[in-house]
Amino acid sequence: MSDKLGQTPSQTVGPYFSMRLGGPGQNVVSSPDGAGERIVITGRVLDGDRNHIEDALVETWQANPLGRYNHPDDTRDLDLDPGFIGFARATSDFETGTFRIETVKPGRVPDIEGDFQAPHISVIVQARGMLNPVFTRIYFSDEEVANDDDLILRQVPPNRRQTLVARAVEGTDPTEYVFDLKFQGEDETVFFDF
Amino acid sequence: MTEPVVRHFGPKAYADHPPFSYPDYRSTVKRSPTHAPITIVETLSESTGPGPIWSEMAEEDSDLTTNSGTGEAALGERIIVTGRVLDESGNGVPGTLLEIWQANASGRYVHWRETAFPAPLDPNFIGVGQCRTDGAGVYRFTTIKPGAYPWGNHPNAWRPAHIHFSVLGSALGTRLVTQMYFQGDPLLPLDPIYNSAPAHSRERMIAHYDHEVTTDHWALGWRWDIVLRGELATPADEDEA
Repeated sequence: MSDKLGQTPSQTVGPYFSMRLGGPGQNVVSSPDGAGERIVITGRVLDGDRNHIEDALVETWQANPLGRYNHPDDTRDLDLDPGFIGFARATSDFETGTFRIETVKPGRVPDIEGDFQAPHISVIVQARGMLNPVFTRIYFSDEEVANDDDLILRQVPPNRRQTLVARAVEGTDPTEYVFDLKFQGEDETVFFDF
Repeated sequence: MTEPVVRHFGPKAYADHPPFSYPDYRSTVKRSPTHAPITIVETLSESTGPGPIWSEMAEEDSDLTTNSGTGEAALGERIIVTGRVLDESGNGVPGTLLEIWQANASGRYVHWRETAFPAPLDPNFIGVGQCRTDGAGVYRFTTIKPGAYPWGNHPNAWRPAHIHFSVLGSALGTRLVTQMYFQGDPLLPLDPIYNSAPAHSRERMIAHYDHEVTTDHWALGWRWDIVLRGELATPADEDEA
C-alpha cells in the first residue's frame, strides 16, 4: 500500500521509567501454584566498557510449559493455566546492573517449517541511553540437542551462538540460569530484527 | 481453528527511527550494539506478544491531576491529551494499553534519582498514569503540562516538555516507547534526544494544540496520534472493507 502512515519514532525510556514500568511483582511470569518447572533467570546488563547499566528495563515474553502462548493468535488446543501471564518486566539493579525474572521453563513452540523450536524466551531491552529497543532470545544450556536443531539459532554465526544460551548454575533449586546482556565487545549479545 | 496464524508485522522501518548510536546524546555511545541485528523469520514467538493480556490486566488510571491519592488536585496547567493508536494502514488499534510518566509543572520527576534539580515537588502529583484505547483506537488522558527540566548531557542542557509513552501493541515487534512533545516548544531544536529521530519523522512526536479538545473553563486540549509498526487487518478484514 502506497499511502501507509509513518511509524512513530522510538525514544529512550530515560532514567525515570521505573515510576511506571517494572514495579514490584512484574518480574514474576506465573503464579506460584502454576504448572511447570520453576526457574529463575538472572543476568547483568553491561555497556561497552563492561560497566553495569544501572537503569535498564528487561522485558520477557514466553510460551507456557506446554509451548502455548497466552495470546489470542495462539488458537491451538493446549491447556493454558489461568495463573500464567507469559510476560515479565524487570529493572536492572542500580548498584549491580543485575536483573531477575522468576518464571517457568517454556515448552517448545512451532517454527515455520513444521518443526519445533528449542525452548526459548524472547527479550526486549531498553535503557537510558538507548534510543531503540533491542530484541534477543534466551536459550538454555541444558537443551543442547534442541538448540542444535533450532531454526533461529541456526541463522546465528556459530561463534556468536553462545551469547544466546543461559547457563544453568549447578546446585540451584529452582534452577537459576545466568544470561548477561552485553552491548559491545567481542562477546556482544546477538540481537535480532524480524 | 487449531493451527495458529503467524502474522507478519515487519519490516521495522529503521529509517524512521533514531540510530542506536547518536553521539550528541552521549549516553548512547557505550549503550549501542556494534553488530547489525540478525534478521530472522517471524515465528509465533515474534507474531504474538504481551499486549493483549497485559492490557486486559491493567486498571484504568487516566487522570493524573487527581490520581495521587491525597484527594487534592495537582498544580499546573491542566491539559487533555488525546489521539488514536493506529497501525501503518490507519486502522485504530483497539484495547491497547498506554502507560505514561512525566515531570510535574515545575519540571520535577517524582523519582529518588532526581536530586540535582531544585524544583518543587507537588504532593498532589505522582506523574504516572495509564489508559486503554477504545474500539476505535482512541485514548485520552487528563494531566498537567510538564515543565522543561535540566540534564547533564552538555552545558545548560534542558529537555523540552515531554510525556513518556509506553505502548505494547499486539505483537512482540510492535513494542514502542516514545516521548510526546508540544508544538511550538522553543527547546525542540536544541534537544539531542528529539533530534536523534530523522528530520522526516521527528515531527510525528509533536502534539498539536486542538481547540476542539479544549474544554471551556477546564483544560487545554492537545492531539497526538501514535503509529505502530505493522498492519492489524487480516486479508479477510480488508475484503470486508
